[in-house]
Amino acid sequence: MDPLTLLTAIIFLPAAGALALVAFDRKAEETMRYFALAITAATFMLTLFLWREFDSAKSEMQLVVNLPWIRQWNVNYYLGVDGISMPLILLTSLICLLSMMASWSIKKQVQGYLMLFLILETGILGVFLSLDFFLFYVFWEVMLLPMYFLIGIWGGPRKEYAAIKFFLYTLAGGVLMLIALLMFYFNSGRSFDLLHLAAIGQGKVEGFAFNPTVQIIAFILLFIGFAIKLPAFPVHTWLPDAHVEAPTPISMILAGILLKLGGYGIIRIAFPLCPFGAQYAAYALVLIGAVSIIYGAFAAMAQTDFKRLVAYSSVSHMGYVLLGMAVWKINEANGAAVGRDYWLMGMNGAMFQMLAHGISSAGMFFMVGVIYDRVHHRDLNKFGGLMQLMPDYSGLAVGIFFAGLGLPGLCGFIGEIFVVLSTWNYSKTLAIVAASGVILTAGYILWTIQRVYLGPEYKGPHAEDITPMNGREKAIAWTLLIFAIVLGVYPEMMFKVMRSSMDALIVSLDAGYQAVSAAVETAQK
Amino acid sequence: MNFESILTGVMNDASWGRSLGLFAPELILCVSIVALLLLRLVNADRWLPSYLIPLFASLTALGIAVYSFFQMHGAIEGIPTPGTTQTMFTGLLAYDSLTLFLRVFLLGFLALVVTLTMLSGIPDAEDGPDFYTLLLGSTIGMMLMSSANHLLILFLGIEMTSVPSYAMVGFLKGRRVSSEAAFKYVVYGAGAAGVMLYGISLLGGLTGTLEMPVLASRLSALLGPGGMNDPTSRTVALAAMMVLVGLAFKLSVFPFHFWCPDAFEGAAAEVGGYLSVASKGAAFALLVRFLLAFTGGTSVDLTSLNLALGVGLGVVAAATATFGNLAAYSQTNVKRLLAYSTIAHAGYMLMGVAAMVVLLNGPGGVDAAAKGEAATCIEGLLYYLAVYLFMNLGAFAIVAFIRNEIYSEEISDYAGLGRQVPLLGACMMICLFSLIGLPPFGGFVGKFMIFASLFQAGKIHMAMWVILVIGTLNTIFSLFYYLRVLKVMFLESRPEGARRARVSFMPSGAFVLLVTLPLLLLGASPLVNSMSDAATRVASMLVAAVR
Repeated sequence: MDPLTLLTAIIFLPAAGALALVAFDRKAEETMRYFALAITAATFMLTLFLWREFDSAKSEMQLVVNLPWIRQWNVNYYLGVDGISMPLILLTSLICLLSMMASWSIKKQVQGYLMLFLILETGILGVFLSLDFFLFYVFWEVMLLPMYFLIGIWGGPRKEYAAIKFFLYTLAGGVLMLIALLMFYFNSGRSFDLLHLAAIGQGKVEGFAFNPTVQIIAFILLFIGFAIKLPAFPVHTWLPDAHVEAPTPISMILAGILLKLGGYGIIRIAFPLCPFGAQYAAYALVLIGAVSIIYGAFAAMAQTDFKRLVAYSSVSHMGYVLLGMAVWKINEANGAAVGRDYWLMGMNGAMFQMLAHGISSAGMFFMVGVIYDRVHHRDLNKFGGLMQLMPDYSGLAVGIFFAGLGLPGLCGFIGEIFVVLSTWNYSKTLAIVAASGVILTAGYILWTIQRVYLGPEYKGPHAEDITPMNGREKAIAWTLLIFAIVLGVYPEMMFKVMRSSMDALIVSLDAGYQAVSAAVETAQK
Repeated sequence: MNFESILTGVMNDASWGRSLGLFAPELILCVSIVALLLLRLVNADRWLPSYLIPLFASLTALGIAVYSFFQMHGAIEGIPTPGTTQTMFTGLLAYDSLTLFLRVFLLGFLALVVTLTMLSGIPDAEDGPDFYTLLLGSTIGMMLMSSANHLLILFLGIEMTSVPSYAMVGFLKGRRVSSEAAFKYVVYGAGAAGVMLYGISLLGGLTGTLEMPVLASRLSALLGPGGMNDPTSRTVALAAMMVLVGLAFKLSVFPFHFWCPDAFEGAAAEVGGYLSVASKGAAFALLVRFLLAFTGGTSVDLTSLNLALGVGLGVVAAATATFGNLAAYSQTNVKRLLAYSTIAHAGYMLMGVAAMVVLLNGPGGVDAAAKGEAATCIEGLLYYLAVYLFMNLGAFAIVAFIRNEIYSEEISDYAGLGRQVPLLGACMMICLFSLIGLPPFGGFVGKFMIFASLFQAGKIHMAMWVILVIGTLNTIFSLFYYLRVLKVMFLESRPEGARRARVSFMPSGAFVLLVTLPLLLLGASPLVNSMSDAATRVASMLVAAVR
């Protein structure tokens, strides 16, 4: 299959499925569910096929498609994959497949739900595959529309508030990104090509440059936009509301994939396009990351709502992503990175943390959803004793929660340890702060396990409704747990995909910063 | 000179026949008005549905307009492409790319509106001929506005548009609100027209001509140094502002917008949709022509005057968008909400025009680069107009169809309609998201082009960057009230005992789909390229004429 067909099929197959769903009768819910499941499964197969076509040894963009779209504005239908986007694409199609399986718990307006779900998947995959900033922006915003309705119609009691809050935050971030986009466009001789823009930002293109002011302003604009999505303290406040109110499968997508878009945006756009701005803000980023870790962990500890606890744990875990990316220490004299290998380690850790969190947080939200479907409450103080009533469920849940905790041998460990180790090189204080986050995480997760699964008996409401997991639920939970174990035992599976691209990224960022700061110094003399 | 000698003089003029040929679409509409009125005398309206004539006329005229548009742009082979502006009727009307673009825009829109009124049943059979006479008449006025090349035609066009509009707003005769709305509209309109006429007379008196193409060179010669200390400069600025007041009234720009919410609330949704789109399109074309007439020439004083004018327009635009969006919050009536949304959108589009004026009057003068950048602004404006046609008409059409079902236009009565009429709900969603300016709908592309123009203009005057930021912030402001409608329609359930809405797919659903689909096509398909290309051609031809 040629790249054009393959990549286009990956992006638009879900959207085509959504369109096809119109033809179904509104009453044929079961048929529609299986149809939508088949679409997500087919998309997953296509991404596996993409992985097979993908050559991990190459660091540059592969399977590139570049067709003109709006000629007057130099907008292109420009797609491609590299070692950074490949793992995230796999994660996306996997989590979408699993949450589609989890969508049997949705009972009302099934047709509309499935259509919006599939449109959402198109938007996410489009973001990961776009190499044109305009196209990226279009897909980025496309995700908003289905998400608003998915939370707003199928969500919990405060769904309207949560939906509008989510929409507002993300749109505000998008608008800032739009201004940054215009800055790049008009300072680059009218180009939206992310690779070309990155080359300009790193001082590799004769005749064009993003000067330090542009880089700093653009970086801040982009960073706020992506930090909202990530989410980093203090713009994370939409997340607990959205995650708590969203229905289980949508929480899985939100935590498992949408948060990764923020990290992906930073690594694909904010850093490469403005290395000077990124380095300028590095300390602030590391600090925000560390604060997010600690703040998220403490906030999680204070929750009595099971889902809210998991939501805050996401804030904490995504803090490691930001921390790992930003541990860019430079030698003030010549601008060269100090201990570049540590920074590389931090970047790799951040990438791996995104994948690990994608698996573990989706799993945690699913596990919360399973028990919520049975007892219809999420109050941590009314749980207990589930181990006796649902041994399978409790065993799987404990496994997945341990993955979130970062137990060695499970996926969460690799990312956290890489990030914390690399932070030591950057700032010993912040490394200690970040490391103490691990203890806090262990604290709230172990306490949760104790309150929910251990204990003599379940005394909360609806005790009579507690039934063992059905086959579909077991399949989802087992898949997630297996991935958590595989990634924890054999992280090389993903590291080998991203290694060469990550190496190249670090080298070019380092060189790019040196080039821009050298130009600044020449100008000052 | 008596009347007969004028008539023979005109008839003997060689260009007379040519002008009439180029004027064919307008003439077709004129003939159909006469036919509508005369057929009534022989009681033909009893057996002939009154919408047939206007529908047929608008489609025929649209066909001619589309043909001549492609002919001018060389897409139809074997016919030479005229490079420069031509005029009709001894220079009273311009026959250029903008004229043709707006003809296609207005006639296509007219055909859609006639179809809508046919489906929604307003007007009834008794009033049909009257209503369509007014509708066609004001469309002719708008076509004159968009091709005006002479200040007199500018005034005539606006009046010819306005007078039928007043009557159409008050067309629901029995309703008090409707009459009140029409009355307010007339009073404001008359006032604005008076001010504008005074401005035109000042300009005529100063320059000794009303021909727009020569205004810039005459003014360059007139203006003395010293900026606003020079009395002539002051008078010119005053005159320009007075003419702009008249246009601002038609565009419902802050602070001349007061008539707009009342008129829209009082008028039928079909009329509201018609007025909000068509008169905006024509008035923006006229505004661009008027401002381009001021641009050019060699005088530095004129340039600085224009620059101030451009920045001023930008500030007004920002105020309009902000005011429209903020005032829309507290609305409970859908039509009133859409009226404020119309005001806000006029603000966005005006930002593009302001950017054009600023870019053409930069320190570099009217060089090729400035022309290219100014063409981008006009491109953005035209793209926005094209998208605006579909999104606003779509929203008003849905309001009209829902009104026929539930007899209400209050937002609270829309509760749960998204489930009851899913097609209309989904289309409303697309229209409103496009109005917010979100991808993948056309509204985003238009807004993006306008914002890009503002960004470029910021290099000449910093104020444009501030306006850009205000414009982007407005996108966020506008989110709330558009989403409120969608929230009521989709997130709330239909209360017990509420009137059940049933809208069949044929023909109403199909019409709504026909109007809504272009939004998706103009936002995320190769058609974006075609539309942007066409708009660019129109814009660069127009700007090329500036000297």
